[in-house]
Amino acid sequence: MRPVNANRELVLDAESVVRIIRRMASEIVERTRGCTRLGLVGIQRGGTPIAARLAEEIERVEHAAVPVGTLDITLYRDDAASTLPDPKVGPSRIEWEIEGSDVVLVDDVLHTGRTVRAAIDCLLDYGRPRRIWLAALCDRGGRQLPIAADFVGRTFDVPVSSVLEVSAEGGTQDGAWLTAWPRPSGGST
Amino acid sequence: MSAGFRHHHLLSIADLDQKDVNQILDAAELFIEVSRRPVRKVPTLRGKTVINMFFEASTRTRTSFELAGKRLSADVVNIAASSSSVSKGESLLDTCKTLEAMRPDLVVIRHPASGATQFVAKHVNCSVINGGDGAHEHPTQALLDAFAIRKALGTLSGLKVAICGDITHSRVARSNAALLKLFGSEVRFCAPHTLMPRDVERLGVKVHHDLATALSGADVIMLLRLQRERIEGPLVPSLREYARKFGVSARHLEQASPRAIVMHPGPMNRGVEIHPALADSERSVILDQVEAGVAVRMAVLYLLAKEVRAQTPTAAVSDGA
Repeated sequence: MRPVNANRELVLDAESVVRIIRRMASEIVERTRGCTRLGLVGIQRGGTPIAARLAEEIERVEHAAVPVGTLDITLYRDDAASTLPDPKVGPSRIEWEIEGSDVVLVDDVLHTGRTVRAAIDCLLDYGRPRRIWLAALCDRGGRQLPIAADFVGRTFDVPVSSVLEVSAEGGTQDGAWLTAWPRPSGGST
Repeated sequence: MSAGFRHHHLLSIADLDQKDVNQILDAAELFIEVSRRPVRKVPTLRGKTVINMFFEASTRTRTSFELAGKRLSADVVNIAASSSSVSKGESLLDTCKTLEAMRPDLVVIRHPASGATQFVAKHVNCSVINGGDGAHEHPTQALLDAFAIRKALGTLSGLKVAICGDITHSRVARSNAALLKLFGSEVRFCAPHTLMPRDVERLGVKVHHDLATALSGADVIMLLRLQRERIEGPLVPSLREYARKFGVSARHLEQASPRAIVMHPGPMNRGVEIHPALADSERSVILDQVEAGVAVRMAVLYLLAKEVRAQTPTAAVSDGA
Protein backbone atom coordinates (compact mmCIF):
# COMPACT_ATOMS: atom_id res chain seq x y z
CA MET A 1 0.00 0.00 0.00
CA ARG A 2 3.02 2.34 0.34
CA PRO A 3 2.96 4.70 -2.63
CA VAL A 4 5.98 4.47 -4.91
CA ASN A 5 6.72 8.15 -4.52
CA ALA A 6 6.59 8.02 -0.71
CA ASN A 7 9.71 9.62 0.69
CA ARG A 8 11.18 7.78 3.69
CA GLU A 9 13.60 10.06 5.46
CA LEU A 10 15.91 9.28 8.37
CA VAL A 11 15.21 11.90 11.02
CA LEU A 12 17.09 10.34 13.95
CA ASP A 13 20.11 8.04 13.72
CA ALA A 14 21.27 5.34 16.12
CA GLU A 15 23.89 7.56 17.80
CA SER A 16 21.31 10.27 18.45
CA VAL A 17 19.01 7.68 20.02
CA VAL A 18 21.82 6.69 22.42
CA ARG A 19 22.46 10.33 23.42
CA ILE A 20 18.76 11.09 23.81
CA ILE A 21 18.25 8.10 26.08
CA ARG A 22 21.25 9.18 28.16
CA ARG A 23 19.81 12.67 28.55
CA MET A 24 16.31 11.44 29.34
CA ALA A 25 17.73 9.11 32.00
CA SER A 26 19.46 12.00 33.77
CA GLU A 27 16.34 14.14 33.55
CA ILE A 28 14.36 11.34 35.16
CA VAL A 29 16.92 11.07 37.96
CA GLU A 30 16.90 14.82 38.51
CA ARG A 31 13.14 15.33 38.53
CA THR A 32 12.30 12.26 40.61
CA ARG A 33 15.01 13.26 43.13
CA GLY A 34 17.30 10.31 43.04
CA CYS A 35 14.89 7.57 42.04
CA THR A 36 13.85 6.33 45.47
CA ARG A 37 10.80 4.14 44.90
CA LEU A 38 10.94 4.64 41.15
CA GLY A 39 9.89 2.11 38.53
CA LEU A 40 9.83 2.23 34.73
CA VAL A 41 7.00 0.72 32.74
CA GLY A 42 7.29 0.32 28.97
CA ILE A 43 4.14 0.33 26.87
CA GLN A 44 4.24 -2.67 24.52
CA ARG A 45 5.70 -3.06 22.07
CA GLY A 46 7.70 0.10 21.25
CA GLY A 47 8.15 1.35 24.80
CA THR A 48 9.50 -1.89 26.30
CA PRO A 49 13.10 -1.74 24.98
CA ILE A 50 13.33 2.01 25.71
CA ALA A 51 12.25 1.47 29.33
CA ALA A 52 14.92 -1.22 29.71
CA ARG A 53 17.61 1.07 28.25
CA LEU A 54 16.59 4.00 30.46
CA ALA A 55 16.80 1.74 33.52
CA GLU A 56 20.26 0.54 32.46
CA GLU A 57 21.42 4.12 32.05
CA ILE A 58 19.98 5.20 35.42
CA GLU A 59 21.64 2.22 37.06
CA ARG A 60 25.00 3.13 35.50
CA VAL A 61 24.82 6.71 36.78
CA GLU A 62 23.11 6.26 40.13
CA HIS A 63 24.39 2.77 41.04
CA ALA A 64 20.84 1.83 42.04
CA ALA A 65 18.69 -0.77 40.37
CA VAL A 66 15.37 0.47 38.98
CA PRO A 67 12.60 -2.10 38.44
CA VAL A 68 11.29 -2.35 34.88
CA GLY A 69 7.86 -3.62 33.87
CA THR A 70 5.79 -3.80 30.74
CA LEU A 71 2.14 -3.10 29.95
CA ASP A 72 -0.09 -4.59 27.28
CA ILE A 73 -2.90 -2.10 26.83
CA THR A 74 -4.92 -4.05 24.24
CA LEU A 75 -7.81 -4.66 26.63
CA TYR A 76 -7.97 -1.00 27.68
CA ARG A 77 -8.03 0.61 24.24
CA ASP A 78 -11.05 2.77 23.47
CA ASP A 79 -11.39 0.79 20.24
CA ALA A 80 -10.90 -2.56 22.03
CA ALA A 81 -14.13 -3.91 20.58
CA SER A 82 -12.82 -3.65 17.03
CA THR A 83 -9.18 -4.73 17.36
CA LEU A 84 -7.57 -8.03 18.14
CA PRO A 85 -4.46 -8.60 20.25
CA ASP A 86 -1.14 -8.54 18.48
CA PRO A 87 0.17 -12.10 18.85
CA LYS A 88 3.67 -10.71 19.46
CA VAL A 89 2.53 -8.82 22.54
CA GLY A 90 3.00 -10.71 25.79
CA PRO A 91 0.94 -10.13 28.94
CA SER A 92 1.61 -7.18 31.22
CA ARG A 93 4.30 -7.74 33.84
CA ILE A 94 4.77 -5.50 36.87
CA GLU A 95 6.60 -7.30 39.62
CA TRP A 96 6.91 -4.69 42.30
CA GLU A 97 4.45 -2.94 44.60
CA ILE A 98 3.49 0.23 42.72
CA GLU A 99 1.27 1.48 45.56
CA GLY A 100 2.76 4.83 46.62
CA SER A 101 5.69 4.66 44.20
CA ASP A 102 6.71 6.86 41.26
CA VAL A 103 6.12 5.23 37.89
CA VAL A 104 7.48 6.49 34.59
CA LEU A 105 5.42 5.25 31.65
CA VAL A 106 7.64 4.90 28.59
CA ASP A 107 6.57 4.86 24.95
CA ASP A 108 8.38 5.25 21.65
CA VAL A 109 6.02 7.69 19.92
CA LEU A 110 3.54 10.05 21.56
CA HIS A 111 0.78 10.95 19.10
CA THR A 112 -2.96 11.04 19.85
CA GLY A 113 -2.54 10.31 23.57
CA ARG A 114 -5.09 7.49 23.44
CA THR A 115 -2.50 4.80 24.14
CA VAL A 116 -1.28 6.74 27.18
CA ARG A 117 -4.85 7.13 28.47
CA ALA A 118 -5.30 3.37 28.18
CA ALA A 119 -1.92 2.73 29.84
CA ILE A 120 -2.80 4.96 32.82
CA ASP A 121 -6.10 3.10 33.32
CA CYS A 122 -4.31 -0.23 33.06
CA LEU A 123 -1.56 0.84 35.49
CA LEU A 124 -4.10 1.97 38.10
CA ASP A 125 -5.49 -1.58 38.18
CA TYR A 126 -2.16 -2.66 39.67
CA GLY A 127 -2.34 -0.17 42.54
CA ARG A 128 -2.22 3.56 43.26
CA PRO A 129 1.16 5.10 42.42
CA ARG A 130 2.18 8.34 44.15
CA ARG A 131 2.81 9.86 40.75
CA ILE A 132 2.77 8.74 37.13
CA TRP A 133 5.20 10.42 34.75
CA LEU A 134 5.33 10.06 31.00
CA ALA A 135 8.45 9.64 28.88
CA ALA A 136 8.35 9.47 25.08
CA LEU A 137 11.31 9.08 22.75
CA CYS A 138 9.48 11.02 20.02
CA ASP A 139 6.59 13.46 20.28
CA ARG A 140 4.93 13.90 16.90
CA GLY A 141 2.06 16.12 18.06
CA GLY A 142 -1.52 15.50 16.96
CA ARG A 143 -2.99 15.01 20.43
CA GLN A 144 -6.66 14.07 20.71
CA LEU A 145 -6.68 14.00 24.51
CA PRO A 146 -5.32 16.43 27.12
CA ILE A 147 -2.07 14.54 27.69
CA ALA A 148 1.52 15.80 27.79
CA ALA A 149 4.87 14.10 28.29
CA ASP A 150 7.20 14.97 31.19
CA PHE A 151 10.30 13.67 29.40
CA VAL A 152 10.58 14.03 25.64
CA GLY A 153 13.45 12.76 23.49
CA ARG A 154 12.78 14.73 20.32
CA THR A 155 9.79 16.69 19.05
CA PHE A 156 8.71 16.45 15.42
CA ASP A 157 6.08 18.39 13.60
CA VAL A 158 4.51 15.60 11.58
CA PRO A 159 1.43 16.01 9.39
CA VAL A 160 -1.37 13.55 10.17
CA SER A 161 -0.92 11.92 6.78
CA SER A 162 2.74 11.04 7.46
CA VAL A 163 4.11 8.04 9.30
CA LEU A 164 6.81 8.19 11.97
CA GLU A 165 8.52 4.85 12.59
CA VAL A 166 10.85 4.32 15.51
CA SER A 167 13.21 1.48 16.31
CA ALA A 168 15.06 1.63 19.63
CA GLU A 169 15.94 -2.00 20.35
CA GLY A 170 19.56 -0.93 21.04
CA GLY A 171 21.89 -1.36 18.06
CA THR A 172 23.08 0.16 14.82
CA GLN A 173 19.67 -0.37 13.20
CA ASP A 174 18.06 2.10 15.61
CA GLY A 175 16.57 5.35 14.46
CA ALA A 176 13.45 7.23 13.46
CA TRP A 177 12.11 7.53 9.93
CA LEU A 178 9.51 9.85 8.55
CA THR A 179 7.47 8.80 5.54
CA ALA A 180 5.41 11.47 3.84
CA TRP A 181 2.23 10.10 2.36
CA PRO A 182 0.58 12.00 -0.45
CA ARG A 183 -2.37 13.89 0.96
CA PRO A 184 -5.70 12.33 0.15
CA SER A 185 -7.32 14.38 -2.60
CA GLY A 186 -9.69 16.95 -1.19
CA GLY A 187 -8.47 16.30 2.34
CA SER A 188 -7.46 19.23 4.47
CA THR A 189 -4.94 18.51 7.18
CA MET B 1 -2.60 -6.71 13.74
CA SER B 2 -3.73 -10.30 13.64
CA ALA B 3 -6.60 -11.51 11.50
CA GLY B 4 -10.04 -11.54 13.07
CA PHE B 5 -11.64 -14.50 14.75
CA ARG B 6 -13.72 -16.00 11.97
CA HIS B 7 -16.55 -17.46 14.02
CA HIS B 8 -19.77 -15.89 15.19
CA HIS B 9 -20.69 -18.80 17.48
CA LEU B 10 -18.79 -21.40 19.49
CA LEU B 11 -20.92 -24.51 19.22
CA SER B 12 -18.56 -27.39 18.68
CA ILE B 13 -14.84 -28.18 18.55
CA ALA B 14 -15.58 -29.80 15.18
CA ASP B 15 -16.11 -26.29 13.73
CA LEU B 16 -12.60 -25.15 14.74
CA ASP B 17 -9.19 -25.62 13.16
CA GLN B 18 -5.73 -25.49 14.81
CA LYS B 19 -5.40 -21.76 14.16
CA ASP B 20 -8.74 -20.99 15.86
CA VAL B 21 -7.77 -23.04 18.91
CA ASN B 22 -4.36 -21.37 19.14
CA GLN B 23 -5.96 -17.95 18.84
CA ILE B 24 -8.27 -18.70 21.77
CA LEU B 25 -5.49 -20.19 23.92
CA ASP B 26 -3.12 -17.28 23.18
CA ALA B 27 -5.79 -14.75 24.17
CA ALA B 28 -6.41 -16.78 27.34
CA GLU B 29 -2.76 -16.19 28.35
CA LEU B 30 -3.60 -12.47 28.61
CA PHE B 31 -6.58 -13.22 30.82
CA ILE B 32 -4.71 -15.51 33.21
CA GLU B 33 -2.59 -12.46 34.00
CA VAL B 34 -5.70 -10.28 34.48
CA SER B 35 -7.16 -12.81 36.93
CA ARG B 36 -4.04 -12.60 39.11
CA ARG B 37 -3.98 -8.80 39.48
CA PRO B 38 -5.16 -6.81 42.48
CA VAL B 39 -8.00 -5.44 40.30
CA ARG B 40 -9.28 -8.45 38.35
CA LYS B 41 -11.23 -6.52 35.80
CA VAL B 42 -10.62 -4.94 32.41
CA PRO B 43 -12.99 -2.55 30.62
CA THR B 44 -12.93 -4.43 27.31
CA LEU B 45 -16.58 -5.53 27.03
CA ARG B 46 -18.14 -2.50 28.70
CA GLY B 47 -21.70 -2.10 27.46
CA LYS B 48 -22.00 -5.67 26.17
CA THR B 49 -24.57 -8.04 27.63
CA VAL B 50 -24.05 -11.74 28.26
CA ILE B 51 -26.95 -14.03 29.16
CA ASN B 52 -26.13 -17.37 30.79
CA MET B 53 -29.05 -19.67 30.11
CA PHE B 54 -28.73 -22.93 31.98
CA PHE B 55 -31.39 -25.56 31.36
CA GLU B 56 -29.38 -27.99 33.46
CA ALA B 57 -27.79 -27.73 36.89
CA SER B 58 -24.25 -26.38 36.85
CA THR B 59 -22.11 -24.64 39.41
CA ARG B 60 -18.62 -24.41 38.02
CA THR B 61 -19.38 -23.74 34.36
CA ARG B 62 -21.99 -21.13 35.18
CA THR B 63 -19.80 -19.42 37.80
CA SER B 64 -16.86 -19.56 35.44
CA PHE B 65 -18.80 -17.91 32.57
CA GLU B 66 -20.27 -15.38 34.98
CA LEU B 67 -16.85 -14.39 36.35
CA ALA B 68 -15.43 -14.32 32.83
CA GLY B 69 -18.11 -11.88 31.70
CA LYS B 70 -17.79 -9.73 34.80
CA ARG B 71 -13.99 -9.55 34.61
CA LEU B 72 -14.41 -8.19 31.09
CA SER B 73 -16.90 -5.57 32.41
CA ALA B 74 -19.84 -7.06 30.51
CA ASP B 75 -23.29 -7.12 32.11
CA VAL B 76 -24.07 -10.73 32.97
CA VAL B 77 -27.52 -12.15 33.57
CA ASN B 78 -28.02 -15.72 34.77
CA ILE B 79 -31.18 -17.62 34.02
CA ALA B 80 -31.78 -21.04 35.53
CA ALA B 81 -34.36 -23.19 33.79
CA SER B 82 -36.22 -24.03 36.99
CA SER B 83 -36.96 -20.36 37.62
CA SER B 84 -37.74 -19.45 34.03
CA SER B 85 -40.76 -19.67 31.80
CA VAL B 86 -39.51 -23.10 30.66
CA SER B 87 -41.23 -24.52 33.71
CA LYS B 88 -44.35 -22.71 32.54
CA GLY B 89 -44.36 -24.62 29.26
CA GLU B 90 -42.61 -22.23 26.87
CA SER B 91 -40.73 -23.85 23.97
CA LEU B 92 -36.94 -23.46 23.63
CA LEU B 93 -37.37 -21.39 20.49
CA ASP B 94 -39.86 -19.00 22.12
CA THR B 95 -37.59 -18.61 25.14
CA CYS B 96 -34.69 -17.70 22.87
CA LYS B 97 -36.72 -15.32 20.72
CA THR B 98 -37.89 -13.56 23.87
CA LEU B 99 -34.35 -13.27 25.19
CA GLU B 100 -33.08 -12.02 21.86
CA ALA B 101 -35.61 -9.21 21.90
CA MET B 102 -33.69 -7.93 24.97
CA ARG B 103 -30.66 -7.56 22.68
CA PRO B 104 -27.89 -9.51 24.37
CA ASP B 105 -24.55 -9.70 22.55
CA LEU B 106 -23.73 -13.21 23.69
CA VAL B 107 -25.80 -16.09 25.02
CA VAL B 108 -24.26 -19.06 26.79
CA ILE B 109 -26.52 -22.10 26.70
CA ARG B 110 -26.36 -25.35 28.59
CA HIS B 111 -29.08 -27.81 27.69
CA PRO B 112 -29.72 -31.52 28.40
CA ALA B 113 -30.56 -32.20 24.73
CA SER B 114 -27.72 -32.81 22.27
CA GLY B 115 -27.84 -30.24 19.47
CA ALA B 116 -29.95 -27.72 21.40
CA THR B 117 -27.36 -24.94 21.05
CA GLN B 118 -27.03 -25.50 17.28
CA PHE B 119 -30.79 -25.19 17.05
CA VAL B 120 -30.82 -21.92 18.97
CA ALA B 121 -27.88 -20.51 16.97
CA LYS B 122 -29.83 -20.99 13.75
CA HIS B 123 -32.67 -18.84 15.03
CA VAL B 124 -30.98 -15.89 16.76
CA ASN B 125 -28.61 -13.15 15.63
CA CYS B 126 -26.47 -12.82 18.75
CA SER B 127 -23.42 -15.05 19.34
CA VAL B 128 -24.20 -18.40 20.94
CA ILE B 129 -21.72 -20.31 23.09
CA ASN B 130 -22.30 -23.96 23.83
CA GLY B 131 -21.93 -24.45 27.58
CA GLY B 132 -22.61 -28.18 27.21
CA ASP B 133 -25.40 -29.84 25.25
CA GLY B 134 -26.49 -33.33 26.29
CA ALA B 135 -23.86 -35.94 25.48
CA HIS B 136 -22.74 -34.01 22.40
CA GLU B 137 -20.11 -31.30 23.09
CA HIS B 138 -18.68 -29.04 25.76
CA PRO B 139 -16.23 -26.98 23.73
CA THR B 140 -15.04 -24.53 26.41
CA GLN B 141 -14.15 -27.48 28.69
CA ALA B 142 -11.99 -28.99 25.94
CA LEU B 143 -10.36 -25.60 25.35
CA LEU B 144 -9.55 -25.09 29.02
CA ASP B 145 -8.21 -28.64 29.23
CA ALA B 146 -6.05 -27.88 26.19
CA PHE B 147 -4.81 -24.72 27.92
CA ALA B 148 -3.85 -26.71 31.04
CA ILE B 149 -2.15 -29.42 28.96
CA ARG B 150 -0.22 -26.87 26.91
CA LYS B 151 0.90 -25.13 30.08
CA ALA B 152 2.03 -28.36 31.80
CA LEU B 153 3.55 -30.19 28.81
CA GLY B 154 4.31 -27.36 26.39
CA THR B 155 2.42 -28.85 23.44
CA LEU B 156 -0.85 -30.36 22.25
CA SER B 157 0.75 -32.47 19.53
CA GLY B 158 2.12 -36.00 19.62
CA LEU B 159 0.73 -36.74 23.07
CA LYS B 160 -0.87 -39.92 24.30
CA VAL B 161 -4.05 -38.99 26.15
CA ALA B 162 -6.10 -41.51 28.10
CA ILE B 163 -9.67 -40.48 28.90
CA CYS B 164 -11.13 -42.88 31.45
CA GLY B 165 -14.60 -43.23 32.93
CA ASP B 166 -18.17 -42.79 31.87
CA ILE B 167 -17.58 -42.10 28.17
CA THR B 168 -21.19 -42.74 27.07
CA HIS B 169 -22.59 -39.78 28.96
CA SER B 170 -19.60 -37.52 28.49
CA ARG B 171 -19.66 -34.51 26.19
CA VAL B 172 -16.28 -33.61 27.75
CA ALA B 173 -14.74 -36.79 26.31
CA ARG B 174 -16.12 -36.05 22.84
CA SER B 175 -14.97 -32.43 22.74
CA ASN B 176 -11.54 -33.31 24.13
CA ALA B 177 -11.08 -36.14 21.64
CA ALA B 178 -11.98 -33.81 18.75
CA LEU B 179 -9.56 -31.10 19.89
CA LEU B 180 -6.63 -33.40 20.62
CA LYS B 181 -7.08 -35.28 17.34
CA LEU B 182 -6.97 -31.90 15.59
CA PHE B 183 -3.41 -31.45 16.92
CA GLY B 184 -2.36 -35.00 16.06
CA SER B 185 -2.38 -36.49 19.53
CA GLU B 186 -3.41 -40.07 20.22
CA VAL B 187 -6.64 -40.32 22.18
CA ARG B 188 -7.59 -43.46 24.10
CA PHE B 189 -10.98 -44.01 25.69
CA CYS B 190 -11.10 -46.44 28.60
CA ALA B 191 -14.36 -47.63 30.14
CA PRO B 192 -16.33 -50.77 30.88
CA HIS B 193 -18.33 -52.00 27.84
CA THR B 194 -21.52 -50.65 29.39
CA LEU B 195 -20.14 -47.08 29.55
CA MET B 196 -18.60 -46.99 26.07
CA PRO B 197 -20.79 -45.61 23.29
CA ARG B 198 -21.41 -47.96 20.36
CA ASP B 199 -20.26 -45.65 17.56
CA VAL B 200 -17.05 -44.66 19.37
CA GLU B 201 -14.61 -45.77 16.64
CA ARG B 202 -16.05 -43.08 14.41
CA LEU B 203 -14.31 -40.48 16.61
CA GLY B 204 -10.94 -41.93 15.64
CA VAL B 205 -9.97 -42.92 19.16
CA LYS B 206 -8.45 -46.14 20.49
CA VAL B 207 -10.83 -48.13 22.64
CA HIS B 208 -9.63 -49.83 25.84
CA HIS B 209 -11.47 -51.77 28.49
CA ASP B 210 -8.45 -52.31 30.72
CA LEU B 211 -6.89 -49.49 32.70
CA ALA B 212 -3.33 -50.86 32.57
CA THR B 213 -3.13 -50.91 28.77
CA ALA B 214 -4.95 -47.59 28.42
CA LEU B 215 -2.50 -45.81 30.72
CA SER B 216 0.65 -47.38 29.28
CA GLY B 217 2.92 -44.52 28.23
CA ALA B 218 0.15 -41.92 28.61
CA ASP B 219 1.19 -38.26 28.93
CA VAL B 220 -2.24 -37.11 30.05
CA ILE B 221 -4.70 -39.05 32.20
CA MET B 222 -8.14 -37.51 32.15
CA LEU B 223 -10.70 -38.97 34.51
CA LEU B 224 -14.45 -38.63 34.20
CA ARG B 225 -17.14 -38.92 36.81
CA LEU B 226 -19.80 -41.62 36.70
CA GLN B 227 -22.83 -39.54 35.75
CA ARG B 228 -25.21 -41.36 38.00
CA GLU B 229 -28.00 -38.85 37.33
CA ARG B 230 -27.97 -39.80 33.64
CA ILE B 231 -27.53 -43.53 34.09
CA GLU B 232 -30.72 -45.51 33.79
CA GLY B 233 -30.50 -49.10 34.97
CA PRO B 234 -27.50 -51.04 36.25
CA LEU B 235 -24.52 -50.20 34.01
CA VAL B 236 -21.99 -50.96 36.75
CA PRO B 237 -22.38 -53.69 39.37
CA SER B 238 -21.50 -51.31 42.25
CA LEU B 239 -19.40 -48.22 42.89
CA ARG B 240 -16.91 -50.34 44.81
CA GLU B 241 -16.56 -52.76 41.94
CA TYR B 242 -16.14 -49.86 39.51
CA ALA B 243 -13.55 -48.16 41.72
CA ARG B 244 -11.56 -51.41 41.96
CA LYS B 245 -11.38 -51.89 38.18
CA PHE B 246 -11.42 -48.32 36.83
CA GLY B 247 -10.43 -46.09 39.76
CA VAL B 248 -6.99 -44.54 39.17
CA SER B 249 -4.46 -44.21 41.98
CA ALA B 250 -0.80 -43.27 42.20
CA ARG B 251 0.31 -46.84 41.50
CA HIS B 252 -1.27 -46.70 38.02
CA LEU B 253 1.07 -43.83 37.15
CA GLU B 254 4.00 -46.25 37.04
CA GLN B 255 2.76 -47.43 33.64
CA ALA B 256 2.28 -43.90 32.37
CA SER B 257 4.89 -41.51 31.01
CA PRO B 258 7.16 -40.08 33.76
CA ARG B 259 5.85 -36.56 33.01
CA ALA B 260 2.19 -37.65 33.02
CA ILE B 261 -0.39 -35.23 34.40
CA VAL B 262 -3.75 -36.10 35.92
CA MET B 263 -6.86 -34.12 35.00
CA HIS B 264 -10.51 -34.13 36.00
CA PRO B 265 -13.23 -31.80 34.69
CA GLY B 266 -15.07 -32.04 38.02
CA PRO B 267 -17.11 -32.63 40.02
CA MET B 268 -14.85 -35.36 41.36
CA ASN B 269 -16.03 -38.47 43.15
CA ARG B 270 -12.99 -39.13 45.32
CA GLY B 271 -12.49 -42.80 45.92
CA VAL B 272 -14.51 -43.78 42.84
CA GLU B 273 -12.80 -42.76 39.58
CA ILE B 274 -9.86 -41.08 41.33
CA HIS B 275 -7.96 -41.99 44.48
CA PRO B 276 -8.06 -39.05 46.94
CA ALA B 277 -4.27 -38.90 47.28
CA LEU B 278 -3.80 -38.72 43.53
CA ALA B 279 -6.21 -35.80 43.22
CA ASP B 280 -4.04 -33.82 45.65
CA SER B 281 -0.67 -34.98 44.31
CA GLU B 282 1.78 -32.83 42.37
CA ARG B 283 0.80 -34.71 39.21
CA SER B 284 -2.71 -33.30 39.45
CA VAL B 285 -3.50 -30.14 37.45
CA ILE B 286 -7.17 -30.16 38.48
CA LEU B 287 -7.08 -26.71 40.08
CA ASP B 288 -5.09 -25.31 37.14
CA GLN B 289 -7.99 -26.46 34.97
CA VAL B 290 -10.41 -24.42 37.06
CA GLU B 291 -8.21 -21.30 36.83
CA ALA B 292 -7.81 -21.83 33.09
CA GLY B 293 -11.59 -22.12 32.83
CA VAL B 294 -12.20 -18.47 33.65
CA ALA B 295 -9.37 -17.26 31.40
CA VAL B 296 -10.40 -19.41 28.43
CA ARG B 297 -14.02 -18.31 28.75
CA MET B 298 -12.89 -14.69 28.90
CA ALA B 299 -10.96 -15.32 25.68
CA VAL B 300 -14.00 -16.87 23.99
CA LEU B 301 -16.34 -14.03 25.04
CA TYR B 302 -13.73 -11.48 23.99
CA LEU B 303 -13.11 -12.97 20.55
CA LEU B 304 -16.79 -13.54 19.78
CA ALA B 305 -17.85 -10.08 20.97
CA LYS B 306 -15.63 -8.39 18.45
CA GLU B 307 -16.71 -6.95 15.20
CA VAL B 308 -13.42 -6.59 13.43
CA ARG B 309 -13.37 -3.69 11.02
CA ALA B 310 -10.98 -3.75 8.10
CA GLN B 311 -8.13 -1.40 8.94
CA THR B 312 -6.25 0.74 6.49
CA PRO B 313 -2.44 0.50 6.76
CA THR B 314 -2.30 4.19 7.73
CA ALA B 315 -4.64 3.68 10.65
CA ALA B 316 -2.78 0.57 11.73
CA VAL B 317 0.55 2.41 11.89
CA SER B 318 -0.53 5.69 13.40
CA ASP B 319 -2.52 4.12 16.22
CA GLY B 320 0.72 2.91 17.73
CA ALA B 321 1.33 6.40 19.05
